[in-house]
Amino acid sequence: MSAATSGYYFAPPSKWPVVGSTALLFMGAGGAMTMNQIQPFGWASLAIGFSILVYMLFGWFGQVIRESESGLYNDQVDGSFRWSMSWFIFSEVMFFAAFFGALYYARVFSVPWLADQDNALLWEGYSAVWPTVGPYLEKNTAYDFTAMGPWGVPLLNTILLLSSGVTLTWAHHALKAGHRGQLVAGLFATVALGFTFLGFQIYEYVHAYSELNLKLTSGVFGSTFFMLTGFHGFHVTLGAIMLTVILFRCMKGHFKPNHHFGFEAVAWYWHFVDVVWLGLFLFVYVFV
Amino acid sequence: MSTAITPTHDHAYQGAHDARDHHDDHGPGNWTRIFTTTNHKDIGSMYLWFSLFMFFVGGSMALLIRAELFQPGLQFVQPEVFNSLTTVHALIMIFGAVMPAFTGFANWLIPMQIGAADMAFPRMNNWSFWLMIPAAILLFASFFVPGGAAASGWTLYPPLSIQGGIGLDMTILAIHILGASSIMGSINIITTLLNMRAPGMTLMKMPMFCWTWLITAYLMIAVMPVLAGAITMLLTDRHFGTSFFNAAGGGDPTMFMHIFWFFGHPEVYILILPAFGIVSQIIPTFARKPLFGYASMVYATASIAMLSFIVWGHHMFTVGMPAAGQLFFMYATMLIAVPTGVKIFNWIATMWRGSLSFETPMLFCIGFLCMFTLGGFSGLVLAIVPVDITLHNTYYVVAHFHYVLFPGAIWGLMAGVYFWLPKFTGRMYNETLGKWHFWLSAISFNITFFPQHFLGLAGMPRRIPDYALQFAEWNMVSSIGAFILGFSQLLFVWNVVSCIRSGEKAKAKQWEGADSLEWTHLPSPVPYHTFEIAPVIK
Repeated sequence: MSAATSGYYFAPPSKWPVVGSTALLFMGAGGAMTMNQIQPFGWASLAIGFSILVYMLFGWFGQVIRESESGLYNDQVDGSFRWSMSWFIFSEVMFFAAFFGALYYARVFSVPWLADQDNALLWEGYSAVWPTVGPYLEKNTAYDFTAMGPWGVPLLNTILLLSSGVTLTWAHHALKAGHRGQLVAGLFATVALGFTFLGFQIYEYVHAYSELNLKLTSGVFGSTFFMLTGFHGFHVTLGAIMLTVILFRCMKGHFKPNHHFGFEAVAWYWHFVDVVWLGLFLFVYVFV
Repeated sequence: MSTAITPTHDHAYQGAHDARDHHDDHGPGNWTRIFTTTNHKDIGSMYLWFSLFMFFVGGSMALLIRAELFQPGLQFVQPEVFNSLTTVHALIMIFGAVMPAFTGFANWLIPMQIGAADMAFPRMNNWSFWLMIPAAILLFASFFVPGGAAASGWTLYPPLSIQGGIGLDMTILAIHILGASSIMGSINIITTLLNMRAPGMTLMKMPMFCWTWLITAYLMIAVMPVLAGAITMLLTDRHFGTSFFNAAGGGDPTMFMHIFWFFGHPEVYILILPAFGIVSQIIPTFARKPLFGYASMVYATASIAMLSFIVWGHHMFTVGMPAAGQLFFMYATMLIAVPTGVKIFNWIATMWRGSLSFETPMLFCIGFLCMFTLGGFSGLVLAIVPVDITLHNTYYVVAHFHYVLFPGAIWGLMAGVYFWLPKFTGRMYNETLGKWHFWLSAISFNITFFPQHFLGLAGMPRRIPDYALQFAEWNMVSSIGAFILGFSQLLFVWNVVSCIRSGEKAKAKQWEGADSLEWTHLPSPVPYHTFEIAPVIK
């Protein structure tokens, strides 16, 4: 079987794509209605769409897991998974790049420009010091906020995420060496660290809103702070859910020392989320 | 056990694909399989039919626009509707017609050209297609909601796009879904190209269509997420109180333009590179000579892709940019003419002293070559900052990008359809009708868009439903051309449908100069499953 496509597993016809598209139709319509206060249809449509999406995710991933465990995926299929996961992570990098780009643009261009000579008449006395709520709120209201300091919860979260990378690597080594107990322990630690990170982030957001007066609406600083950390938190959530699934699979005895790309894909994703956090820690928290 | 399969041994793959037919619970004959199919040929056809439908929807909008502009004053539509028409015409043509059509060709051809049995991820392939349906529904439905469809232009610039109603949210969500579809489709294609090639099919032996798609897929994976980021910021600025594009909050509407065009400029190469690939397959076939400068073609395509990331500023010379920025973007833009010139040179050199014949696909390719080059030149004109400052947002720009998109992307696609139709269907199209289609399109296209250069140079602004009296004559000419152009495309539909229903039987190698695997190794029509056993490429 030396030929390239011999033995490559091609999926049979499947209902899941159409189910997923139906879910997104409901979610798109529901999202548009909800944002425009068309209720209760908006929430209803969102709920229906999300339920269908969850149904699809369980069905589709379940099928992939069963196919994988029954040995249908040969090395070439494995190669496809590796390529595609790499490209997917690259697309995620570019998504975050858009928001980092917005942050740099605001800090380097738009905020200083608002305080320059051209705008002196429009925004008199605006000083353009980062962090800023922008010239309008600063001039016309007493609105002010405090930026999130880096050396409290954010530093703790940095340590948590970096440690989770270590425990995940420990789990991976255990998997390759065939030590199921260490694998489960390492993964469990990773999942626990991940969810602890999320718990701290929720605490941080509550703290920002209730005590620092730092909100999503706090000018361009609030926009970039919450959108960057928020999307990162969303990715950590997804990564932690994926890790949990992998943990359960490991406990059920899935994966072999030489064939476990499901595990590795999630590990890659987790490390990617980790690296994004380091960028955030530096440019959102430390160099304010 | 791998053997080269020749068209005379039909039974060879008959036996080979039995294994897959067992779990194909829908046979090839059952139309309801469109919902569940995982076959790259099915999905390719679905993409192509969908894009043909969208081509006519978007085209109808264009004709409404041209009807309104037939004479000065307001005739048929209100200004708000006119703005929606220009916006949605562009969105449909870009995301609904051209991109899916290229993906349709990619689905049909890439596995056959590299000797693979199917795409790397057949299920995800089907989802990439089916994601376009909810997006199209959202986009169409937006015409019927209070406030109407998005009227901000397809570029969705704030603050205009902050002000629209629910229709704009539906458009943004539709673009999100289309983006997901494009990213999945591209990951599938790039993985197929990198991991599914038959033994001996090295990267530098791939047909040019595969190469252009490899680079296109890379571009899409790189920039569609950036577009997703930009429109997400729009959405939060609209509804959740962020200030990305609001100067009062420290943001800047110009920031949207930078992020958008970081996506938008590579996007225009996404819309043209696969057409380059198609043309690079067809010209050698009808010149009966191998492609001149294959390696330089590959490198030129890659150079165009790389340069496309650093030229976005030329879309916004007039918004206020430091002179150093203008100079950089001007020179970087002009630099793109170099690899593009390499490609044009290579196509002409391929034809040089070839045994040329002028069947319909070749006519469309030669039309492509002449007209696309003209569009490229007007692009160079617009790249010059001082010239662009006077021509920005005039009909000159409209003429420019229609010259690269219609005879570029669309004619590339038309050429591809005529070229591969015999392979897909096993039947020949009507050559006479095809030539009529070409010449009518070529003449009416130029009647439509050439005068728009004059209108732009004379100062007629784009995206406005009314105009000053001195623009009346050329607008009338342009509108007449547009209607001929639009209705000529019905010949194409007629030709395709009658080819499928009653065309003459096509040969396995319908074009004697064709040399890629789908012509040399497979019969016409191609069986439902091909290359279950990979061919060996020497």
